[in-house]
Amino acid sequence: MPEPILSIRKLTKRYGDNVIFHDLDLDVNEGDTIVIIGPSGTGKSTLLRCINLLTRSDSGQIWFSGKEITAKGTNEDRVRQQIGMVFQNFLLFNHLSALENVKLGLIKVKHFNKAAAEAKAMEELDRVGLADWAGHYPGQLSGGQQQRVAIARALAMDPRIMLFDEPTSALDPELIGEVLEVMRSLSLDGMTMMVVTHEMGFAREVADRIVFMEKGSIVEEGSPNEMFNRPKFERTREFLWKITELYGKKDHGEE
Amino acid sequence: MAFLKLYFCGQKYCLLVLPVIRQELKGENLDFLTLLKYIAEGTAYTLGVTVIALPSGLLIGTLLAFLYVYGGKGIGKVMNVYSTVMRGIPPLVLLFLLYFVVSKGINLSGFWAGSISLGIVSSAYQMEIIRGALLSVGNDQLMAARAVGLSRKQAIVNIVLPQALRLAIPPWSNEAAIIIKDSSLVYALGVPEILRRAQLIGASTQQPLLAYLSAALIYFVLVTVTNRLLNMLEKKLTVPSNH
Repeated sequence: MPEPILSIRKLTKRYGDNVIFHDLDLDVNEGDTIVIIGPSGTGKSTLLRCINLLTRSDSGQIWFSGKEITAKGTNEDRVRQQIGMVFQNFLLFNHLSALENVKLGLIKVKHFNKAAAEAKAMEELDRVGLADWAGHYPGQLSGGQQQRVAIARALAMDPRIMLFDEPTSALDPELIGEVLEVMRSLSLDGMTMMVVTHEMGFAREVADRIVFMEKGSIVEEGSPNEMFNRPKFERTREFLWKITELYGKKDHGEE
Repeated sequence: MAFLKLYFCGQKYCLLVLPVIRQELKGENLDFLTLLKYIAEGTAYTLGVTVIALPSGLLIGTLLAFLYVYGGKGIGKVMNVYSTVMRGIPPLVLLFLLYFVVSKGINLSGFWAGSISLGIVSSAYQMEIIRGALLSVGNDQLMAARAVGLSRKQAIVNIVLPQALRLAIPPWSNEAAIIIKDSSLVYALGVPEILRRAQLIGASTQQPLLAYLSAALIYFVLVTVTNRLLNMLEKKLTVPSNH
């Protein structure tokens, strides 16, 4: 068994008296796609934000490629450069074109020269099928296209792991498929991914492991087969049934 | 004492200039164009005061706005006090107060003292404009930039600032118009700008209505042209969008 690329140990996050999650343990192996599901308000998004240090956890440790990134004196910027993040509401830089969005990190963080950054950025846009839209601004793109640019922007930094925080929740139903398609092919290419989503079709087909979180704890985790067909807990079965009823029926044709 | 000095500076100027005008134009009924031409010669001063006050106010205001928004609670409170005080006092009163302070330290002409003072007054308003713009760009953009790996400083400079400055153009063009008009206040320090010249020639030719109408016309043209230019700038910088 290889060492996991990401290990979370006894991670706890509170806002005041409000415990978001507590004593969370989770391992992610290189190349795996982990799908995190659970009712809203159970700390899934906060967990992702803690992993790339956008939010500070209160106690516990996160180990990322052999280093404890929750340790004091960690260079946060250096850590984030290796962790790609995709947000629910895209968060493209509104004043920059698709190409400039992808290029920015390469120039400012990785110190690519202009030509190299441009070439790399075009490559990434091509990967998400948007090479023809490079000169368009976020306001000129559909939600699905914006999210694909956001994925390209994260990929351009050559991250070791990609975090997706409900990447399709803000999209019109007919635009969800194109984003899931990009994510599926990323997963097939061997990218390590952690995905918070309600898309059960995606979870069932792409996930190596599904993690069910509720009220700040991991209730159960297992392969899609285990989780969907013979969950250990009644609560897991109940949630999966409900969410499949809600989202799974319009499966955007990816089943 | 300084106020007396100030007053006398103004008086001395009057005494020096008025006789000159009187000799040239005394009692004559001037036509509108001659009046206008005479008053318009003050435009250089009006523009000069504006060109000094507006950018220096922008520079100070922007710096203070950054401190206000990103400097933590303590600094934010200090900025809030600065803003409240500066905006709670009539600009003319502040002009005299600042002129008093500034001219104690360094020997400045009324023009420079007035311009700098007006810039400081304006900095409080411009701070609020930039602060509002920074806040409406929002923390999400900052977070997205940091997620890419940019440092906080890089994220603010490359992502937040360019968007905030675009948002700030419409309220800023309002402030620009106010400063052009408020530049007339430096007449109280004896600077021969538009209003001052209108007053002088109006008194000496006994055509105050025509004189002040001329001044009004010049101010109106200056403000309108400035607003037009800033509108064009705003259009030019607008990020293309379908929505």
